[in-house]
Amino acid sequence: MTALIHIRGLCKSYGSFQALHNVDLDVSAGEVVVVIGPSGSGKSTLIRCINLLEDYQGGEVRVDGEKVVRGKGLAKVRAEVGMVFQSFNLFPHMTALANVALGPLRVRHMPKRAAEERALALLDKVGLASHAHKLPGQLSGGQQQRVAIARALAMEPKVLLFDEPTSALDPEMVGEVLDVMQNLARTGVTMVIVTHEMGFARRVADRVVFMEAGRVIEQAPPDSFFRAPREERTQAFLQAILQH
Amino acid sequence: MDLLNTFFNWPVFRDALPLLLQGLWTTVLLGAVSILLGFVGGLLLALLRLYGPAWLRTLTRIYIDVFRSIPLLVLLVLVYYALPFVGLRLTSFAAATAALSLVSCAYTAEILRAGIEAIPRGQFEAAGAIGLGFFSTMRDVVLPQALRIVVPPLTSNCINVLKDTALASVVAMPDLLKQATQAQALAANPTPLIGAAALYLLLLLPLVRLVGYFEARHRAATR
Repeated sequence: MTALIHIRGLCKSYGSFQALHNVDLDVSAGEVVVVIGPSGSGKSTLIRCINLLEDYQGGEVRVDGEKVVRGKGLAKVRAEVGMVFQSFNLFPHMTALANVALGPLRVRHMPKRAAEERALALLDKVGLASHAHKLPGQLSGGQQQRVAIARALAMEPKVLLFDEPTSALDPEMVGEVLDVMQNLARTGVTMVIVTHEMGFARRVADRVVFMEAGRVIEQAPPDSFFRAPREERTQAFLQAILQH
Repeated sequence: MDLLNTFFNWPVFRDALPLLLQGLWTTVLLGAVSILLGFVGGLLLALLRLYGPAWLRTLTRIYIDVFRSIPLLVLLVLVYYALPFVGLRLTSFAAATAALSLVSCAYTAEILRAGIEAIPRGQFEAAGAIGLGFFSTMRDVVLPQALRIVVPPLTSNCINVLKDTALASVVAMPDLLKQATQAQALAANPTPLIGAAALYLLLLLPLVRLVGYFEARHRAATR
């Protein structure tokens, strides 16, 4: 069986700083992979390379067998890869509904009615049907992020990428976003999640990937990862963050 | 009393009024067409300047710099009096429209570029991530936000274009100023000029006020 996401020898540098060193990673359909690691370890860069929001210098990325490269095919691959950003990046001049409906409307060329029906159903799924006609500025951070998740889902992507989805949220709003994500994980959506929420990783992940200094140091199912990390650097990291 | 008769002579004004209104209409038409063409051209230039291939970016930058530097009156005279020597004879309306829109689109391009560059990177990324192509990203995501930001400078540019239409009287364009000077010559009285000045103010003062309003609203929205 070939992996849904297939990354081999990925190298990326900003000038003289090498952000990713020869990273290999496979994600199978239906799998939930959580990527953790200290700041600057390259985890965000890694998932931003999957839909080519970052260009890279070496190696290759395939999504469902399709090589991700600049050019005509890129928009098509991107349509198959949903992304949720740390800073939500909702379109501020559009209602929640229009935000979610835009992709189906413009990329899938759905009729307006059908696109809006799908959008409303998805907003309902993330518990925001009653806020459909509000602008992002009228919603809380947690609500905005849930709209952003609905927007990514509207394209019916093969995989969803989450780039620190709760890092910009007030603490009391983290839970509502994680709940939505956990429900998605249960329904078999393939997800790659960069996060600092260890409790979430433990509960929801099928596999935890630990990165440091641009390298994948260790990966394991959450049980063994958190209970018995093999690598010294993983142990040090876990000790530092789980101490309090 | 003499002053009143000289500058605010009612009978003279009444006789000149139809001519002045005709001139006003020409001025408004010339301004509107130039603003519209300037906007369309400016949008195209701004997009080429930002996203075109390297040689085209250089070319648009040169165009924008040149047409922001050349005095409008000089350009107008060139178009109307010099082009006929190479066989291109434009009507005064066409010459004035061409000169005004060539310059206006250079300014509009710079304004729009600033607006587009003010849109956060995350907006482009979010649009790209759902698979929107370049044109949809621009039409649905970037331009609606960018235009909102640049409404005040765009309106200022419209005011400048409308004011600059008065230069068209140099190429025998029967605009408001030209009509007024003709009526003045006819009546041997400067009242029509005063009337024209008043009409210019009537047209432009509300627009100037509007810019102030937009700027205040923008300040309030970004605070």
